[in-house]
Amino acid sequence: MRRVTLSVLGTVALLVVLLRYPTTFGTSLASPPVAVNSPPAPNAGVADVAAAGGTTVTGSPIDTRYGTVQVQLTVSGSKITAARALQAPDSNGRDWRINAYAVPILNHQAVAAQSAHIDGVSGATVTSEGYAASLQSAIDQAHLS
Amino acid sequence: MNVPRGAWVDQVMGMPVSVHLRGLTLTPWRPVFLSEVFTELHRIDMLFSTYRPDSQISRLAAGELTVAECDPLIGEVLELCEQARAMTGGAFDPLLPAPGGGYLLDPSGLVKGWAVERAAHRIGECFDGDYYINAGGDIALESRSGVAWRIGVEDPRPGGGLLGALPLTAGGVATSGTARRGAHIVNPRTGRPAGDLLSVTVTGPSLTWVDVLATAAFALGPDSFDWLAGLDSHAALLVHPDGSTAMTSAMATLIQPVSSAHQREDFQ
Repeated sequence: MRRVTLSVLGTVALLVVLLRYPTTFGTSLASPPVAVNSPPAPNAGVADVAAAGGTTVTGSPIDTRYGTVQVQLTVSGSKITAARALQAPDSNGRDWRINAYAVPILNHQAVAAQSAHIDGVSGATVTSEGYAASLQSAIDQAHLS
Repeated sequence: MNVPRGAWVDQVMGMPVSVHLRGLTLTPWRPVFLSEVFTELHRIDMLFSTYRPDSQISRLAAGELTVAECDPLIGEVLELCEQARAMTGGAFDPLLPAPGGGYLLDPSGLVKGWAVERAAHRIGECFDGDYYINAGGDIALESRSGVAWRIGVEDPRPGGGLLGALPLTAGGVATSGTARRGAHIVNPRTGRPAGDLLSVTVTGPSLTWVDVLATAAFALGPDSFDWLAGLDSHAALLVHPDGSTAMTSAMATLIQPVSSAHQREDFQ
């Protein structure tokens, strides 16, 4: 199986997280694929950053309670610049939408875990929903085989 | 030299359970024994789920089965629950006051830690390297290489990050609190949700018992500190509603900061 550097794979986690991030706006993620842009950055446009270069990483399919999630990321340095859902759950019409707001938060989490060399996280009981946005999820994703 | 490492995640007992393995004998392929480990966790969930009316624990509570008619694991857990009740002075009790009077039999506060510790032992029998298993923030681990697993302790405040890291080579870590699931722990003495602490983290030789200790201490509130501090081979961290922490001396010795990158260099 292809091994990709930790710093890249660590960010793969974020996509699963983002797919599961509930929002109160937008349409439900009913039919993949869904193309998503990175959040606005101070000095960069957001549209089609992949065209500007970067490494494309395809994450492992993850079985969640709501279905299988698989994402493809474009990573430049340690930042996600583009994301695309290859598979996404569409059960019961949940409003899962990749949320630009969540990208920097989760990117920060994954990078922080790597720099602090954290192998796992102990916290109050994590539900399925909470897990998707958790640091443990990012760590799991970074090491998925 | 990079030691091979892998992680696998499954959804069991209503939560994601992840297994991390680290060792020279690890290959990129999923170890066969993981299926057995997860299957057994699913089986235990079926036995003990209080959400399923057809589980043995539900049928036992309803009087449809006797303990002798149940799987032997039911009797084992009920015995452990009794030990836990005695050890915690009743703060941990599988009999919860029911809203309409009477009692509910709910050993789930012990089952998760016990089941995960059991799974960890099985992993240790099947794999010769380092491993940990994390079920909803409760972790059983072992390192035979001598390289500690660094377990971050979550700050229970919203967006709070980590309070520190625990370098551990054996045993368990459990955290009880309201951070993710709302007030899900009930003080058995009052039947009301606990609320005087944000979280309690306990580490020690056995996940089953650190989980019970964390649950009981959370239910008891800040007064549980002296009790936790007096336990040999355990370390505990309490987080108060204002975010301030109280650490037993063993925890103060153990915990490491995680804020800056250079500490990673020191560690390696």
